[in-house]
Amino acid sequence: MFLFIVFALIAIVAGLGVILSRKPVYSALFLLLNFATLAAMYIMLQAQFLAAVQIIVYAGAIVVLFLFVVMLIGGGELNAVDRETSRQGDKANIASQRSSIQLGWPRLTALVLAVLLLAGVGYGVITGQLHQPTGTAAAFGQGSVEAVAATLYTDYLLPFEMTSVLLLVGMVGAVVLARNE
Amino acid sequence: MVPISYYLILSAILFTVGVVGVLIRRNVLIIFMSVEMMLNAVNLTFAALALHFLSLNGQIFVLMAMVVAAAEVAVGLAIVMTVVRHKDTTNIEDVNLLKG
Amino acid sequence: MLDYAWLMLLFPALGTLIIAFFGRRLGKGVISWLAPGTVLLSFAVAVSQFATLLGLPAEERHHEVVLWQWMTAGSFSVDLALLIDQLSVTMALVVTGVGFLIHVYSVGYMHDDPRYSRFFAYMNFFILMMLTLVLANNYLLLYVGWEGVGLASYLLIGFWFEKPSAADAGKKAFIVNRVGDFGLALAIMFIWSTVGSLRFADVFANADVLVAAGVIGTVTMLMLLAATGKSAQLPLYVWLPDAMEGPTPVSALIHAATMVTAGVYMTARSAALFDLAPTSAMWVAGIGAATALYAATIALAQTDLKRILAYSTISQLGYMFLAVGVGAYASGIFHLATHAFFKALLFLAAGSVMHALHGELNINKMGNLRAKLPTTYWTYLIGAAALAGIPLLSGFFSKDEILWYAWQKSPVLWAVGLVTAGLTAIYAFRSVFVPFWGQPRDQKLFHHAHESPPAMTVPLIVLAVGAVLAGYIGIPHLSLIEGWLEPVFHAGGAAAEGAKAAYPAAWVEWVLLAVSALVALAGAYFAYTAYVVKTSIPKQVRDSLGWFARLVENKYYVDELYDKVIVNPLRDLANWFAGTVDKAGLDGAVNGIAGIAGWLGGQARRLQTGLVGLYALSILFGAVALVAWLVIR
Repeated sequence: MFLFIVFALIAIVAGLGVILSRKPVYSALFLLLNFATLAAMYIMLQAQFLAAVQIIVYAGAIVVLFLFVVMLIGGGELNAVDRETSRQGDKANIASQRSSIQLGWPRLTALVLAVLLLAGVGYGVITGQLHQPTGTAAAFGQGSVEAVAATLYTDYLLPFEMTSVLLLVGMVGAVVLARNE
Repeated sequence: MVPISYYLILSAILFTVGVVGVLIRRNVLIIFMSVEMMLNAVNLTFAALALHFLSLNGQIFVLMAMVVAAAEVAVGLAIVMTVVRHKDTTNIEDVNLLKG
Repeated sequence: MLDYAWLMLLFPALGTLIIAFFGRRLGKGVISWLAPGTVLLSFAVAVSQFATLLGLPAEERHHEVVLWQWMTAGSFSVDLALLIDQLSVTMALVVTGVGFLIHVYSVGYMHDDPRYSRFFAYMNFFILMMLTLVLANNYLLLYVGWEGVGLASYLLIGFWFEKPSAADAGKKAFIVNRVGDFGLALAIMFIWSTVGSLRFADVFANADVLVAAGVIGTVTMLMLLAATGKSAQLPLYVWLPDAMEGPTPVSALIHAATMVTAGVYMTARSAALFDLAPTSAMWVAGIGAATALYAATIALAQTDLKRILAYSTISQLGYMFLAVGVGAYASGIFHLATHAFFKALLFLAAGSVMHALHGELNINKMGNLRAKLPTTYWTYLIGAAALAGIPLLSGFFSKDEILWYAWQKSPVLWAVGLVTAGLTAIYAFRSVFVPFWGQPRDQKLFHHAHESPPAMTVPLIVLAVGAVLAGYIGIPHLSLIEGWLEPVFHAGGAAAEGAKAAYPAAWVEWVLLAVSALVALAGAYFAYTAYVVKTSIPKQVRDSLGWFARLVENKYYVDELYDKVIVNPLRDLANWFAGTVDKAGLDGAVNGIAGIAGWLGGQARRLQTGLVGLYALSILFGAVALVAWLVIR
């Protein structure tokens, strides 16, 4: 229960960080934090395989993709002075922005949250809450790779194959769209 | 043991944060990230209910959602790249080709 | 031999197709042999059929050639079949014989026309359709030919469609004919629904079924309507004078061999029905007599050579209707045959005059043309004399027969016929004396006049011989044609036999013959006096008649009346529909609906701001509303 509250708080604050950061790169990193917290949540929910996939797909692939795009198009020019508020032409607003940038709250928040997450995970591992199935779930055999695979390759074989087609289409679409004519 | 309702409340909060992000931000990348966050919030609901009902179907759905999210991000970011290349902006309000 | 009758149709059909599709490539030389050639071949087949029929005993002269079953639908079935009997063979002989001469003439007449091949394709088509009409063994196939000649006449009357008057005349012919065609279509439907067959033999054998059903009067009156349209009788004759706008051979073909004779043929063919409907038959006779007199008076006042002939055709057709109306079907067909000769002759001669005078048709500008156009003059004279009923020429015998039968039916009809005969003699000889005698009225025209080429004069001579001799097949009491045709009309009809028994004594016939001969001669003499000797007479007559003369000169204002009563109201109605109902009503409704949709779209367009945030917000509202509904429910 204690662990859940810690992780929940980290997730919420990280989510707020995503939507409140001025710079997209900070948002992306907050998003990474959010995803990592959710992975921990999955472990608490007896979904170990999902937790692993969450880290690999979301944290590993998607966030990295975001970071690449930010790197490619972001540059200083687009984000150094946040255009979205400067458009409003409110000078006071611009002033407050500048002070917030100078304050650098995202770094501070992120640091605190990350430390908290690590601490939470460490506590969970030490107390065994994050690696021992508990109560009814133990009998259920939740989340093990075997159980998920058995369901996926029997009942959900056709949707599973469809997802591969979907991925292919997505890949082709991305290549076509991003091509520089 | 954490009650199932706590997970659902957390999921709702994260989803709402995502919605607010989509609504208040104008940077297309951040909007995108907010959408991802909303997807994750829903995934959390699935996982929680899977445990609650002792059924693997929820987890399978999470996997499917992840695949869709991956494809969506790939295509979506490609679109963002194209838009930026043409309009030189990530501001969603400058992209209004749909305006009637 | 009779089974080969279909060859008669085949040749003109092939001619039509070949000329229509390859006419341009064939060139004028080939066409000028091909087009008359097909008709000549048809004529040869018709002659062979005729000879075969002659060799058969009278009761076997009825042969049907079933080519194939045309259509079957439930109990309805129609064959594509030909009926070869005395009547159809006679008609086929006239159509192909006169048609052939007209084709030959056309080769010369149309020589310089740019649409030479098209003209002959239409002409062959005309012959084909007319043959279909006369050879059909059922009413439906007859109807095909009936409509076919209507189409062909439309195409040919409007052949020089660059001229608005020609295009209008074509349309007028077609539309006026439609009025009649609709009558025939209805009559056919009545026959089918009552008798259950359209084959002539079945229908006539079961004619009493029509009587029992009480529709015989309706059917025959509808047929009469159809015949008045096609054969240019009152009140649907108006298209025929305008049909002059077509090339002259076309006029000859329409007036002599094809088209207008269709109504007479159809009535004669349906003799079995008209015999059972005395009222309708009286109507036929009445309309025929009225038309004969009426058209003859108009012909007196016309100055256009071809129009005189056109009204004379209407008048002569009136005679034929008079004949079939009083039950003298054979006489009607006999007059049809002789008329075909002399009317074709007159038209072709008129065409020759027109050719010589570069299209001039006003007889008041001609004069003394006999010096320049001797062949045309003599042939025209023979034709006009035959038309006038001068004794010993063909018109005399056939007209006299009709008058004789009319006398038996009703002396009133006879009197009308006799007056008409007198008028006919006057206008026929007027059209001889004014252009061909006297002094040239227009020196320039006269100077340039020249005789036509042999392709045109030879058919004239052949027709002139025919016009003289054709009458001798129907000399009273020796009448070959009557004995030949009579079995068709009264196949065991006891009623007709009874009527024959009541004939007046023979001396009456001779007296009547003498009277009509005298009337014709008197008419000719009057024309000679009025138009050659003392040319002031016409003016005096005209002045003494006053308003009546103006009425006649203006053709009784019938065209104007039709314009006022039918054409203009219909046009106004059409304009009202087009202008008010269609534009304001229908278009308004359609455009209004489109406008409403457009306006709604314009309003909805404002929703599309292009701002993605707003869209997302809308989705959020929707989602919240859904959740709220689920919670509150």
